[in-house]
Amino acid sequence: MAEQARTAPAARPLSPHLQIYRWPVTMATSIAHRMTGLALVAGTLVLAWWLLALAAGPQYYDAFSATARHPVGQLILFGFVWSLSFHLLNGIRHLAWDVGIGFDVHIANRTGIAAIALSLLLAIAVFAYAYAVQGLQL
Amino acid sequence: MTVQTPLARVQGLGAAHSGTGHFWRQRITALALIPLAIWFVCSALTLIGADRDTAAAFLAQPVNAIAMALFVIAALYHMTLGVQVVIEDYVHDEGPKIALAVLNNFFAWIVGAACLFALVRIAA
Repeated sequence: MAEQARTAPAARPLSPHLQIYRWPVTMATSIAHRMTGLALVAGTLVLAWWLLALAAGPQYYDAFSATARHPVGQLILFGFVWSLSFHLLNGIRHLAWDVGIGFDVHIANRTGIAAIALSLLLAIAVFAYAYAVQGLQL
Repeated sequence: MTVQTPLARVQGLGAAHSGTGHFWRQRITALALIPLAIWFVCSALTLIGADRDTAAAFLAQPVNAIAMALFVIAALYHMTLGVQVVIEDYVHDEGPKIALAVLNNFFAWIVGAACLFALVRIAA
C-alpha cells in the first residue's frame, strides 16, 4: 500500500486547459487570427497558381479554371476569401490595440463580433458578385 | 545602475537577440497591407469566375499590375514574419526550428519570384 502510494502520481490540482474555458469572443478571434494566417500561407499558392496559369496560356488557365469552378475548388476559394477578409479586419483590431485603442472588454468583444460578421459578409459579397456578374455556377 | 554589460547596452537587442525589429516590421507590413488587401478583395477578387481575357486584361493595366506586385511582396514578407512566430511558439528543438525557419524563408522567395515573373509575363 505504502509502496503504491509512492509510485502513483499525486492528484495535484492541474492548471485548466483550453477545453475547460468558456470561449470568450476575444479568445476565439485570437485563435482564428493565427489559423486564418496559416490558411493564407496555402492561399499564396492558389494566388501563384492563378497568376502563373494566366501567364502560361489558355490551356493552363482552363485547368486552373476547371479546378476553381469545381464545388470543392469553390469551397477552398471561399475559405481563402473569408480567411483574408477576417485576417484583414481582425488585423486592424490588433493595430488599434498596439496604439492602446479598443482595449475595454466590452469594446473588444463588440469589435470581435464585428470582425467575424463583416468578414463573412465581405466573403459572401465577393461570391455573390462572382455568381451574379461573372456567371460563376455551382 | 544597470545589470547589462556595456556590449549588451550598445547593441540594445534584449533577450530575443533581435530587439524590436521583428515586431516593427510585422506592424509596418500590416499597415501597408490594409489598403493593398482591401484593393485585392474588392478589385482582384471580383475576377473569380471571370474568363481568361477579362482577368489578363485586368492585370495588364499598369496600376493593377503594380498593386498586385506590392500586395504579393508585402503579403509574403508579413507571412514569413508571422509564420516565424508560429514556429518559435510550437517547435522547441533547435534543429527542426532552424530547418523550418529556413524553409519558411525559401517558400516566400520561391512563391514571390513565381508571382512576379507571372505578373511581368501577363503585363508585357
